[in-house]
Amino acid sequence: MIDRTQFWIVVVVLGLATYAIRFSFLGLLGNRPLPGWLQRSLRYTAVAVLPALVAPAVLWPPATGGTPDLARLLAAGVTVVVGLATRQMIFAALAGVATLLGVPFLL
Amino acid sequence: MSASRESYLRGVRAALPFAVVIVPFAMLFGLLASEAGLQLYEIVAFSVTVFAGASQFAALHLLQDQAPLLIILATALAVNLRMLMYSVTLAPHLGAAPLGVRAVMAYLLVDQSFALSVAEYDKRPEMTVHEKTAYFFGAVTPVLPLWMGSTVAGALAGRAIPPEYALDFAVPIAFLAMTAPMIRTWPHALAAGLSVVATLALSVLPYGTGLLVGSTIGMAAGAAFEYWREGRSA
Repeated sequence: MIDRTQFWIVVVVLGLATYAIRFSFLGLLGNRPLPGWLQRSLRYTAVAVLPALVAPAVLWPPATGGTPDLARLLAAGVTVVVGLATRQMIFAALAGVATLLGVPFLL
Repeated sequence: MSASRESYLRGVRAALPFAVVIVPFAMLFGLLASEAGLQLYEIVAFSVTVFAGASQFAALHLLQDQAPLLIILATALAVNLRMLMYSVTLAPHLGAAPLGVRAVMAYLLVDQSFALSVAEYDKRPEMTVHEKTAYFFGAVTPVLPLWMGSTVAGALAGRAIPPEYALDFAVPIAFLAMTAPMIRTWPHALAAGLSVVATLALSVLPYGTGLLVGSTIGMAAGAAFEYWREGRSA
């Protein structure tokens, strides 16, 4: 169960902080360039955070009590490979779902 | 037809194909949020206030795991930090627009409107600031209603789906599907791979901190690798 106080704090703070990030240079700071090291780091935030966020659930799915599960491992692998190969999020997601649902039938 | 109006329509047309990604993604968010026990008005408030899909998934995931508040905020904001880059990149193109207009644009600055606008400004450097502004608004015009509407549709569908159809693996698939196409260079691959390995290795740390430390290591490694490669080619 999601704690409602925590939920509303997240909605308000995340909303305001995300807006501040978007408004920052466009709204206030204008054409001031960012230092090179910061620009470089920002390019890698999303690719670092997003896969790491779900990696534990891929290896140790809560739904199986933490035991690695072949269907989920294969589905994750297929999603990544198809995403890299096609550069299309939608194909990657469809291939992953098809694998997840298909593997139990094949075994 | 005025040049601005033409630019606006060009933006709308360019953004329409994104519907195939936005609709299922937003529906999944509404569905999972509703399965997590959130009410429709809470889900809508979340989407309207934050309007940044990946960070909403991340926050929802961590809220359900009862992670500490600071960890939830730090992780979701880390996902959105890329928008600082967007804001920096657009400032020279749109900085001459009135402040009120830029304040609205900031709210509408999402992956799709950014990517389309930058590509268009590069292709047509002769565009005036009015045309650039119009194109930006055009590129986000299909995105906003599709995102909000599909979130609501997903939330309503979620109430009709019995809990035994566990959707536990939808978020990992969605995140991996989103990330894989972003991996365009070896530094990206290093950042993603090292971040995953470090986070898994650090998963013994108290909840959520392993992720923050692990992804910081991955991010720094990606940036360092890029710096090293540029140094060698220069």
